[in-house]
Amino acid sequence: MKKVVALIMASVFAFSLAGCKKSDDKKETKAESKTESKTESKAEEKKDGQLIKVGIINNDPNESGYRTANDADLQKMFTKENGYDASFSYSLKNEEQIQYAKTFIQNEVDYLLLSAADTAGWDSVLQDAKAAGVKVILFDRTIDADPSLYEASIVSDMNKEGETAVNWLAGQNLPEYNVIHIQGVMGSAAQQGRSGALDKKVAAEGNWKIVKQQTAEWNAEKAQQIVQSVIDSGEKFNVIYAENDDMAKGAVAALDAAGISHGVGKDVVVMGFDCNKWALEELLKKNWNYDGQCNPFQASYIDSIIKDIEAGKTPEKTIIMEEKGFDAATIKQEDVDNYGI
Amino acid sequence: MDKKKIEANKKGSGNAASLIKRITGNQLFIPIMAIVLLALINLIAGPSFFRVKLINNNDGNPQFSGSLITILDYGSELAILAIGMTLVTAASGGQDISVGATIAIAGSAMLRILCGSNQHPETLKAPIIVAFLVACLVGMLCGAFNGALVAIFKIQPMIATLIMFTAGRSIAAWINSNRLPIVPGKEFKYFGGVIPGIPIPTTVFIVIICIIAIALALKFTNLGLYTQAVGINEKSARLNGINPILIKFLAFVILGLCVAVAALIKVSRISSINYNVIAKDIEMDAILAVALGGNALSGGKFNMWASILGAYVIQFLTTTLYRFHIQSDALAAYKAVVVILLVLFSAPKVREVISGLIKKIFSGSKGNNGKKTLTALAAAGAAEGAGTDAFDEVSVSEDAVSTSEEESDSKKEEAVQ
Repeated sequence: MKKVVALIMASVFAFSLAGCKKSDDKKETKAESKTESKTESKAEEKKDGQLIKVGIINNDPNESGYRTANDADLQKMFTKENGYDASFSYSLKNEEQIQYAKTFIQNEVDYLLLSAADTAGWDSVLQDAKAAGVKVILFDRTIDADPSLYEASIVSDMNKEGETAVNWLAGQNLPEYNVIHIQGVMGSAAQQGRSGALDKKVAAEGNWKIVKQQTAEWNAEKAQQIVQSVIDSGEKFNVIYAENDDMAKGAVAALDAAGISHGVGKDVVVMGFDCNKWALEELLKKNWNYDGQCNPFQASYIDSIIKDIEAGKTPEKTIIMEEKGFDAATIKQEDVDNYGI
Repeated sequence: MDKKKIEANKKGSGNAASLIKRITGNQLFIPIMAIVLLALINLIAGPSFFRVKLINNNDGNPQFSGSLITILDYGSELAILAIGMTLVTAASGGQDISVGATIAIAGSAMLRILCGSNQHPETLKAPIIVAFLVACLVGMLCGAFNGALVAIFKIQPMIATLIMFTAGRSIAAWINSNRLPIVPGKEFKYFGGVIPGIPIPTTVFIVIICIIAIALALKFTNLGLYTQAVGINEKSARLNGINPILIKFLAFVILGLCVAVAALIKVSRISSINYNVIAKDIEMDAILAVALGGNALSGGKFNMWASILGAYVIQFLTTTLYRFHIQSDALAAYKAVVVILLVLFSAPKVREVISGLIKKIFSGSKGNNGKKTLTALAAAGAAEGAGTDAFDEVSVSEDAVSTSEEESDSKKEEAVQ
């Protein structure tokens, strides 16, 4: 029975890879790189016209709008026109990602770009990478591993995102803070950073109280049920601190059904993260109060780091991207256009 | 020999015991008991659980609000899926583990029709009914795919549906080329919310329509009979002129239709979709609902109403656990406990002990007959595990009687008949 399962899984996996557009590109690049070197090419192709081989391990682009924007940004940057031979692989599971990393190392990529699903468990595979001469660049998410194992990490400082949001909330000077805290997938860097800041504040202040702290695993429906359960219980609350936009949306759906007003100057303060375009539009309509940015546009940072390394320079170990927090009272249409994902 | 003993037993222990046995033997007993138990727990923790208020929602429409309404509302998808899952289980003796993924596919197809290629359209691109019909078609196609693998190619249902389970969410994302569209307007929200002027959640009406539809189908067609016949013994069903391939295929297609209806509710709740997390793990809940209804997961006889009740038991449990501030990532563990209890409860060994206990109680209360006293002693001996050799022998035969009585409606006996 196990063999049958394995066989099916393998064939499905192979099928999905075959269907992947990028592997087609890979075949094409070999054929086209010759012709391209003859004609004018805008890419600065290093090593005498050879493409830089990168293996990119990302989370599933369907996970959220953030990830979709992140993946689209990477796909746009790592093309043969820009001098890269890129392979993409996606998983939300750490073990699968580690398997992909091993495959990429075997395929002798020059760079391994990694957005880890989980912070733990990466030491041994990164040591393998180092031994094989594969340079590792972390993007979007940090991992618990020795910094010597990777060249650089381009990250959002999730702690800072959380702090920015909590400071904004503190600045609202509410008489008391009864918070429904809807968490992301437990253990992810985004959850830890965004929860950490709030937990610290609640522990420090007397008039801050957590009414409910639950993980909705980035899932709008679960968030809706969690908020509904608080409404049913009749407990008082005046802040919804959701760790991403989807969950904030689910929470707001529950508020709407219960006839509880929310937004600027209303009963409940709604906070979200990630700056989806539709979420910022909610801010513009003053239905929500705050949205914290989590910058998904890392490709240009990665590109410049790779160029630095190729030129023999040593990049900075940790590069923290600039990130904003938007307030419904001050947000403008151009913010939605510029920062919405 | 057994039959004589049954008769003797019936005469001996009187009507009360047989009544109790009839009640506990009924498939609806376990889910109803579970609901009563959960209601009691909530009552003890505070009667506010049962309060239902009429409020105005933010669109200005009246709406009932309260935990009981929440259970009815959020249990809807599961109840609808339980209908299809029961048929699939009964016909094929296996389960469809791809319903969550196919909800993503059907929901994605619906949004593709409603929003066109635009991520945030200003108005609906097509009437909702068209989008829903397309979703039904897509759901039934997915069901047909699974059904064909199971019925024609004779692949184990769980293995066959593993394909859709693995690939489904990627297909869903592909349908909308990875975009996450948002449906404009208030009309689409009615299906997962309330229709203006009607304070009861629309989902309740959708479930009622589904229940009426399946009730009519079971009453006026041979669907139920044929499904059970195929599940009990495929060969003899074929010899009796039933086409097992068609019946199994049909079960999966009906489940596909249920999936499309569930997808409508799910997508309507938030007017959007997230391919990766929509209806996550709902397949396990749907299977659990069938099991909670006391239906054999190996196929054969089934009780549709018990499955539907089972679905609401699960939602009741979820709502209760949320009320007690239990971490939502621990919900699965609590459901696992329920499964373990169910399995234990249906195990022959445990049933022996329980039926022994029941007998002890009833024989004890009306012990005015010599023969009965012996039975009582034997039963007591069996329950306490401290009988003498002679009593043990009696108790063994007693147990044999009770087991055969309880299994009189089991599929093995039917197959023999």
